[in-house]
Amino acid sequence: MNRSTIDLWVGVFVVLGIGALLFLALKVGNLATFSDNQTYLVQARFANIGGLKVRAPIKSAGVVVGRVADIRFDNETYEALVSMTLGTSYQFPRDTTAKILTSGILGEQYIGLEAGGDGVMLKNGDRVRLTQSAVVLENLISQFLFNKAAETKEPEKQ
Amino acid sequence: MQQLEQLREHARGRLERLGNTVTSQVWRLGFASRFLFYLVMHSATALRRFRLTVAEIYFAGVLSLIIILVSGLFVGMVLALQGYDTLQRFGASESLGVLVALSLVRELGPVVAGLLFASRAGSAITAEIGLMKATEQISAMEMMAVDPIARVVAPRFWGGVISMPLLAALFSAMGIFGGYLVGVQLIGVDSGAFWSQMQAAVDLRNDILNGVIKSLVFGVAVTWISVFEGYDAVPTAEGVSRATTRTVVSSSLAILALDFVLTALMFTGGNNQ
Repeated sequence: MNRSTIDLWVGVFVVLGIGALLFLALKVGNLATFSDNQTYLVQARFANIGGLKVRAPIKSAGVVVGRVADIRFDNETYEALVSMTLGTSYQFPRDTTAKILTSGILGEQYIGLEAGGDGVMLKNGDRVRLTQSAVVLENLISQFLFNKAAETKEPEKQ
Repeated sequence: MQQLEQLREHARGRLERLGNTVTSQVWRLGFASRFLFYLVMHSATALRRFRLTVAEIYFAGVLSLIIILVSGLFVGMVLALQGYDTLQRFGASESLGVLVALSLVRELGPVVAGLLFASRAGSAITAEIGLMKATEQISAMEMMAVDPIARVVAPRFWGGVISMPLLAALFSAMGIFGGYLVGVQLIGVDSGAFWSQMQAAVDLRNDILNGVIKSLVFGVAVTWISVFEGYDAVPTAEGVSRATTRTVVSSSLAILALDFVLTALMFTGGNNQ
C-alpha cells in the first residue's frame, strides 16, 4: 500500500468520525431545540416547588417556551423564588398563571404557563402573581386517608 | 532461639521485597511521566512531518474501524432489547431512545471503544516498539543521531490520541443506529418518540461534550501506556510478550478507573444542574 491510498483512508476515517460527532450533536443532542438568544426574565413565588430543578422546561400549551434560570429561597416570605427565562417571541399577559406540573406520573417537573386575559404583557423583571405549587404526593395521600377515615366513622354514629 | 532468628530473617526478606517492588513501581511511574513530558516536547517532528502521524492514524484508527463499528452496532442492539424489556414494564417503552443514547454517549461509547482500542491498537503499538528495541533498530537510530522518541514514538502517540475520540464517536453513533434498528424496526417503538425523546434528553454540553472529553482522556492514557510499555520492554521475545500483556491489562484498568473519576467529576448525581 503506497502513501496516497493511506491518506485517502485516513481522510475517510476522519470524515466519518467528524460525521459521527455531528450526528451526535445535531440528531441525538438538543442543539436545535430552544437556543433562543433573545430572552426575558420573569419571576414567580411558589409555596412549594416540589422537585423542580434549574434548567427545567417552561411550557405553555405543551410547547417549550423557556427554561428555569434560578431557584432561590426567600427568607422573608419563606417561599421559593423561581426565575424563568422566556423567549422574546413568546409574550404572555400580566395575569398569566404559573403552575408546577409533572410530565406523566413519575416524570420530571416543569412549569406550565396559562395565559390570562389582560391586555398588558409581561416585561423583563416582572413577577407572575398567580402561582400554583407542586402537588406533594404525601399531602395528597394523607388528605385522602383522613377523608376515608371520616367517611367510615360517620355511618357508625348513626 | 535460632528459630526466632530464622523467622525474623524471613520476615525481613519479605519486607525488603515488598519495599523493592513499591520503589521500582514508583520509579517506573516517574520514568513514564518524564517519558510523556519528553515525548510531548519532542512532538514537533511528528506534527511537521505529518505523514508519519497519518500513517499511524491509518494503523490505529482506520484498521480499528471494523471492530469498532460492528461492536457498536451489536452493543446498541443489545441495549435496545434489554432496555425495552425493562421499560415496557413501566409503560415507558417510548423512552428507549433516551436510554440507548445516554448510556452510549456518556459511558459505553468511550469506555468500550477505549477497551477495544487498547486491545486492538495499543497491544500492537507496544509489540511494534518492543520488537524494534529487541532487534536494536532503536539503538541504530540513536547511533545515526535520530531521536527514536521523536521519529518512532511521537507519531504513534499522536496517531492514537487523534483516533480515539473519533472511534468513540463512531461507536456511539453506530450503537444508536443499532438501537434504532432493533427498537423501531424490529420491536416497533414509535420512531418519532424514539428520536424526539432522545433529543429532548441528551444535552450537547453535559452529555456529548463530556463523552468526547472522556474518550480523549482515554486515548491519551491508552497510547501513553502502549508506547511506554513498548519503549521500556525488556528487549527479548519474552520481554516483548510480557510488555504487550501489561499494556492491555494496565490500559483496561486505567480506562475503568479514569472513567469513575471523570464520571464523578462530570455527573455529580444531578446536583450540578
